[in-house]
Amino acid sequence: MPSDLVHLYMRIDHLPQIWCPGCGNGVIMHDVAVAIDELIHDEENSINREDIVIVSGIGCSSRAAGYLDFNSIHTTHGRAIAFASGIKMANPKLHVIVLTGDGDCSAIGGNHLIHAARRNLGLTVICFNNDIYGMTGGQYSPTTPNGDRATTAPYGNVDRPFDIANLATGAGASFSARGDVYHARETIDIIKQAIRHKGFSLVDVYSICPTYYGRKNKKGDAVEMLNWQKENLIPTARYYSMSEEDRVGKKIIGILSFNDYPEYTEEYAKIIASCRKARKK
Amino acid sequence: MIGRKKLVIEEAWCKGCGICAAFCPKNVLEIRKEKVTVKDEEECVFCGLCELRCPDYAIYLVNMEE
Ligand SMILES: Cc1ncc(C[n+]2csc(CCOP(=O)(O)OP(=O)(O)O)c2C)c(N)n1
Ligand code: SF4
Ligand code: SF4
Ligand code: SF4
Ligand SMILES: [Mg+2]
Repeated sequence: MPSDLVHLYMRIDHLPQIWCPGCGNGVIMHDVAVAIDELIHDEENSINREDIVIVSGIGCSSRAAGYLDFNSIHTTHGRAIAFASGIKMANPKLHVIVLTGDGDCSAIGGNHLIHAARRNLGLTVICFNNDIYGMTGGQYSPTTPNGDRATTAPYGNVDRPFDIANLATGAGASFSARGDVYHARETIDIIKQAIRHKGFSLVDVYSICPTYYGRKNKKGDAVEMLNWQKENLIPTARYYSMSEEDRVGKKIIGILSFNDYPEYTEEYAKIIASCRKARKK
Repeated sequence: MIGRKKLVIEEAWCKGCGICAAFCPKNVLEIRKEKVTVKDEEECVFCGLCELRCPDYAIYLVNMEE
């Protein structure tokens, strides 16, 4: 018997999931379920379960759409945001939540990401960022750090990595944030705010892939990888209270940028309304 | 009294990753034969961190019937 939350929001007959021992994906998927549960039960401003749509692409992480028991669609590699854009345009009242990997959303799907962000289309994109292509055996991805190893970078990665949260901000996203596996409670709160946000919101969640990224880079097991997150990923309030010196080598987690630029489907609806009005005259 | 909650383990789902035990603030849990076990239930403060960080939903808290 799993917990009530798991019973309520996951397809129990598909569990236990097939992810490796200690894979971060299970924790992030749970964060999403807790965030949605808390929004559904928010007494002041609750959201409707039937209005939630989960969309994923292809990758270990993208399997989450199969486990979560909502209106959900598991699409093709790199195209989750494209499918999600269509769903949102067809029915703007839906909360369309994209669960995607670093490869899925910033390599093959990079164009969809930047243009949905540029338009400020009201999707919530949650990237399970493990710095690697997990599903296909550990090839480097656009977020693999320079110098790190992957099956396709046996002597070290020559590329410079994307910072997906900053990439989204640069492309025009009106909400961009970073979370991780270790700081689960903080990450749940960030995901809640991202879902509530009207425009395009992106949460880059640092995951762990002990099997490929961890092993190839001698980062230790899941516990050691989470210890690294504990020591080096610092929640906003604490980060801002630290001296420049203490911040060296650390990364901030929390909401990184935020504005209220007009949301795309609302602007689109205005065009439709003005054309209809003009025709009636 | 805070003891209105109880720890539950779904052993069949545990993959023995050790995350819950490593980050339990009260050192309540340990891994034996690749499965989580409760070493010292008395010390548990029901913070729920093990439940939040278990990738496999194999450990969680339930409210006890009054
Ligand atoms: C069009 C297409 N190209 C390539 C693949 C092979 N493929 C499947 S998953 C994947 C990358 C997965 O990496 P990521 O999105 O980071 O997900 P992860 O497995 O790490 O969670 C690739 C290249 C595919 N399925 N379809
Ligand atoms: S290969 Fe990596 S990302 Fe995929 S399930 Fe295993 S640990 Fe997770
Ligand atoms: S609820 Fe908290 S104190 Fe109790 S076992 Fe879990 S992590 Fe440890
Ligand atoms: S975190 Fe979950 S899967 Fe890992 S050892 Fe603990 S109960 Fe088992
Ligand atoms: Mg990946």
